[in-house]
Amino acid sequence: MTHASVTHTSMGLDSRKMAFWAFIGSECLLFGSLISTYLVYKGKSVVGPYPHDILNIPFTSVSTFDLLMSSLMMVLALAAVQRGDMRWAKVWLFMTALLGMFFLGGQVYEFTSFVHEGLTLQRNLFGATFFVLTGTHGAHVTVGVLWLLTLWVRALQGKLGPANAMTVEITGLYWHFVDVVWIVIFTVVYLIQ
Amino acid sequence: MTHAAVHAQPAAPPAPRGWTSWLTTTDHKRIGLLYFWTAFAFFLVGGVEALLIRLQLAQPNGHVVSAETYNQLFTMHGTTMVFLALMPLSASFFNYIVPLQIGARDVAFPRLNAFSYWVFLLGGLFLNASWLVGPLFHAGRWNVAPDAGWFGYANLTERQFSPGPNIDFWVLGLQILGISSLAAGFNFIVTILNLRAPGLKMMRLPTFSWMTLVTQFLIITAFPVITVGLVFLMFDRFFGTHFYLPQAGGTPILWQHLFWLFGHPEVYILILPAMGIVSEVLPTFARKPLFGYVVVVYSGILIGFMGWGVWSHHMFSVGLGPVADSVFGATTMLIAVPTGVKIFNWIATLWGGDIRPTAALHFAVGFIAMFIIGGLSGVSHASPPADLQQTDTYYVVAHIHYVLFGGTIQGLFAGIYYWWPKMTGRLLDERLGKWHFWLQFVGLNLAFFPMHFIGLLGMPRRIYTYAPELGVSTLNLVSTVGAFLIAAALLVFLVNVARTRRSGARAPNDPWGGATLEWSIPSPPPVYNFSVIPTVESRMPRWRTEHHAPMADPPAVPPAPIHVPAGSRWPLVAALGLPILALAPLTHTLWLAFAGAAVLLFGIYRWAFEPFEV
Repeated sequence: MTHASVTHTSMGLDSRKMAFWAFIGSECLLFGSLISTYLVYKGKSVVGPYPHDILNIPFTSVSTFDLLMSSLMMVLALAAVQRGDMRWAKVWLFMTALLGMFFLGGQVYEFTSFVHEGLTLQRNLFGATFFVLTGTHGAHVTVGVLWLLTLWVRALQGKLGPANAMTVEITGLYWHFVDVVWIVIFTVVYLIQ
Repeated sequence: MTHAAVHAQPAAPPAPRGWTSWLTTTDHKRIGLLYFWTAFAFFLVGGVEALLIRLQLAQPNGHVVSAETYNQLFTMHGTTMVFLALMPLSASFFNYIVPLQIGARDVAFPRLNAFSYWVFLLGGLFLNASWLVGPLFHAGRWNVAPDAGWFGYANLTERQFSPGPNIDFWVLGLQILGISSLAAGFNFIVTILNLRAPGLKMMRLPTFSWMTLVTQFLIITAFPVITVGLVFLMFDRFFGTHFYLPQAGGTPILWQHLFWLFGHPEVYILILPAMGIVSEVLPTFARKPLFGYVVVVYSGILIGFMGWGVWSHHMFSVGLGPVADSVFGATTMLIAVPTGVKIFNWIATLWGGDIRPTAALHFAVGFIAMFIIGGLSGVSHASPPADLQQTDTYYVVAHIHYVLFGGTIQGLFAGIYYWWPKMTGRLLDERLGKWHFWLQFVGLNLAFFPMHFIGLLGMPRRIYTYAPELGVSTLNLVSTVGAFLIAAALLVFLVNVARTRRSGARAPNDPWGGATLEWSIPSPPPVYNFSVIPTVESRMPRWRTEHHAPMADPPAVPPAPIHVPAGSRWPLVAALGLPILALAPLTHTLWLAFAGAAVLLFGIYRWAFEPFEV
């Protein structure tokens, strides 16, 4: 992370970036399995609460917008790092992480209110599939936030510069992927009930 | 972890010494050896489990072990052989041989490679600890090993039916091992695609490296699916969800789908590397190029794709309906086509060749013959009505052992005899090697062929004993004798290894006249592998072809300084976090979860910010 080694590769693509694309491919299967299970078990719960009783589309629309905006911040952060503008890079990196944290705060609030309304992991299949799917996504966002904050601290220390643009680009790949997964979850779980 | 300035280094860096250097090594060759010996040790453990199973079944109404112990033995035998023996034995060749075949100095991510190994070792130890730690769970010593079969069918694995820690060991151990396989998968995909020597186009890539690449794609796509299946099972067991429980509307069939969606690609993860090895050994010892290289490569890729479309043939007896049964029956028959194509290409490679019947070639030809038998019984499962007669009988056990022992193990032994001189610098004894082959060949057929009849005569698998009235007593005794012959063959192999280590003939760069890059460098190779990175002009760079003279071997002494990275301890530290994390649910101790996560994070951060140059 401390130094960018520009070496010749057979495909002309940075090795770390290629590894990350492979990782994202693998993650598609992970989320694919979780989302498929959610769909297979849709309407199979034998007791409530059911999705339409409890899902708050306006609230989640706001968190979805928040996460989308964080992707925009990420794009701006990478552009700033690439042109060597570290002052703005720090701002955008922090904003990306901050919006990620807002999203997580929203998820904590959502989970807590669902539990108060009687939807738990154990209550029914909807609860189990919903919490494991969105929880896995939330765990991914948490990892992303930690990663972004790490980069932000490195930038504050002056240890992140244009030479690390690839590192920031890969962080961005991860962040955008997690965002895209959320778009799918929001559509499948919240919008198409 | 300081790194000396490049100019201060001698042209040929010295090989690291001392046992601690093995803990921090990032050299793909040393990691390959670690994989080999660890996996071989687990292979012997799985073998002892098999012998105990066969002792129990040698006679009707046997009482060598109890029914409970028997359940643990067959579960751990299957789990060990698949995840701790065959996969990592293949991985030892991925590690040692692939970078040499593609003309690279190491894998793309050497520290990630070390991480994969340590996670594999720790996951294997975690699983096998279940044999010994019964008293800690207020149970007998031999009572808490996993006991629901290597496929762990729900809802047998639920807390309700398996209240003890047995299944906890299984589910947590497999999660740990999955991380190892995934990390290695990303690493080798990038290594093979990105670290090829100049001129080594994809269609010049040695077949073993090609099959490794296909295998890695299967690993990174199949393992997430079982990860999700296991996560659901963990939630059911530890947090009281009902993913696989019918009383809450769930279905155990979901587990079967998730498991076999992983499980069938896994079959190809186990066999494709062996097919790659055989595709290297046959041309070398027939002194002929592989017949139909392009077709063999494309068949391997096709098998990789089609392997995703056949999983429900493991589930015909569930009653998925005539449409599903017909489709999966048809796809299963279809996948035999690319497999058959490969077999004909191997036979055609031998045809008219200048054959040198080395031990490696014996195993490679043995692979073809036995894999045909396993493939044919496999096609017989493809027909749902026939499969219903075979499901859960010893016929299926016969099939899987012809494919995985007659196939994968023999293929791996072909690789062991072929690459041993490259990996250790000494040639295994050929005479003992042939003894090993014939003993094992006779043993495996005695052990596994009768199982076809035992199964068709009605003996179910996974049942700890049988009645004399079933009429399978003699066949079972023959099978047990065969199992002990295999054990004797493995003993011959170990004697061969010990004698070779002491007084084996020194191996030159190329004892066999091989066509690929690994034979152009010393045996064992220096830390930096290639003194000069070769330029590849043909599919068989070391052989004379119509258009190309054989390549010149790289010079013995590097003409320019080569920087070799120092090792790193942080992959091991990060890996240690995982079993600690897994202990938390096993012992219901929350602070262990925080401790494990802390160790993992600490290791990852130190690793990320370590000065490390490749």
